[in-house]
Amino acid sequence: MTGVRRRLAPYGLLGPGAIWLALFFVIPMYFMGELALREGTFTEGFRSAFEISNFSDSLSGNTEQLLRSFWYAGAATVIALLIAYPLAYAIALRAGRWKLLLLFAVIAPFFTTYLIRTIAWKTILADESPLLDVLHFLSLVPDDGRVLATSGAVIAGLTYNFLPFMILPIYASLERLDTSLIEAGKDLYASATQTFLRVTLPISMPGIVAGVLLTFIPAVGDYVNAELLGGTGTSMIGNVIQSLYLEQRNYPEAAALSFVMMAAILAVVLIYLRVAGTGAFMGEEEERR
Amino acid sequence: MMEAATATARTGPALPARAWRWLRRNALLIFAGLAVLYMLVPILVIAAFSFDSGNAQGELDFAFNAFTFEYWRNAFGNPDVNDSMIKSLQLASLSMVVSTAIGTLMALALVRHQFFGRRATNLLIILPMATPEIVIGAALLSMFITYNLDLGLTTLFIAHVMFSISFVVVIVRSRLIGFDRSIEEAAADLGSPPLTTFRTVTLPLLAPGIVAAALLAFALSIDDFVISNFNSGTTVTFPLYIFGASLRGIPIQVNVLATMLFAVTVIAIALVLWQQRRAEQMAAVRPDV
Repeated sequence: MTGVRRRLAPYGLLGPGAIWLALFFVIPMYFMGELALREGTFTEGFRSAFEISNFSDSLSGNTEQLLRSFWYAGAATVIALLIAYPLAYAIALRAGRWKLLLLFAVIAPFFTTYLIRTIAWKTILADESPLLDVLHFLSLVPDDGRVLATSGAVIAGLTYNFLPFMILPIYASLERLDTSLIEAGKDLYASATQTFLRVTLPISMPGIVAGVLLTFIPAVGDYVNAELLGGTGTSMIGNVIQSLYLEQRNYPEAAALSFVMMAAILAVVLIYLRVAGTGAFMGEEEERR
Repeated sequence: MMEAATATARTGPALPARAWRWLRRNALLIFAGLAVLYMLVPILVIAAFSFDSGNAQGELDFAFNAFTFEYWRNAFGNPDVNDSMIKSLQLASLSMVVSTAIGTLMALALVRHQFFGRRATNLLIILPMATPEIVIGAALLSMFITYNLDLGLTTLFIAHVMFSISFVVVIVRSRLIGFDRSIEEAAADLGSPPLTTFRTVTLPLLAPGIVAAALLAFALSIDDFVISNFNSGTTVTFPLYIFGASLRGIPIQVNVLATMLFAVTVIAIALVLWQQRRAEQMAAVRPDV
């Protein structure tokens, strides 16, 4: 009796969560797929069909936005990595008693609403803002040039908004680093660069992989930054999907485009994981210990 | 002060070299400081602009007009802002309670039990975190419109619990992995029934992890715009209100409430950290066996 109970116990614990995720995450994907194959218009109603052409149609008009999304998200990911790695390293290994405070500062943006943060950037980058005066003075921006409504503003917004997702996994992996390994490297007359490349970097690789994915994937699908900080000619694939669903109510094309975007993301992620190695992202290492 | 100035002046030509050395030695920390500042700038801007008088309508116009306490004195003076904030608080509380309960059970199953379907469950938990929000929102909307469900607080609740579960599982799981099971075994040896052991031993020890997870679930829910935008119907949460207002004009009260929310969250987290540290100190007092 207890044996059976023991064997069934995990399913009882998993039950509510697994059912919730299955009903409201997995099954909706099926409905989106089904919707993507329908035909018709919102006013006439959508009929079940097998319109495979919806996929190619949705792509043909929007390749530009799709490519732009990948370029923006890729640029934001690289910049975020360049900012996050030294910061995470400093917090994990150099901060001493300031560690908790610094970590806190890193996640602080999470405690203000995403939209308000982005609107704050709009204020900072606005034409009237003091920052613009400085940039004009330094000739980093031409005198009649602006920052708001350019690609740069959207990339900056994406970088800022997803930065904590890059910092935290890298910090977590560096935190576990046994500093005696670095000392061992020094004892063996490795230069600082060699020690970093041979010891520190490989150990923090799982954190980098996770951080890159957690930044890149949501950034590709984001449309808030492009909406608030961008202008004409900076719209991303998320803007198109959002508008097709909620404004034009062209559900089949919207659903098809969502799938196209996901497929493209999946392809990029798989190539990336091929190169960078898997495992890190699944959290299985930890459980096995 | 003067002496220091003359002393450095006397060293003359060595000064640039020394400054350069100092810069090099502390480059990492300086960079970290700047990066943290960068993370905090928008928050400072939000707080600063809560003291702005705004334009003639009392709305944000991306330039600082005049300093005033008016909107802090009259923080709840805009009924639209209030209604949306109350909706968001209700939704976030409800979603927090349910997702934390469900997620904690799942984490217990994953760490404590060996069972068939473990890999699949892990995948089910990770996938929602690795899916762009817009796809989650679009897929849910696809299902809701297929069944002609009324969009509103119920659909928002379904969606918010869904995307919070994974984060709860990840946080509680990391706490469970470092869990000393011998305490539970001791309780069992002393004749405590399993449920009593769970209530009096396991739960209190897990509490910090559960509280952290609950806080995150709350923050995720109150901050969510993208998924909510797809599944809200005519219900207006705080982020949705801000988005609508960003097209017309944002009342300064939004900044006031955002600053308040930020302050409250910071205090709550400081309390949790303090409590956690106290618990750890108390645990350390426990006589060694």
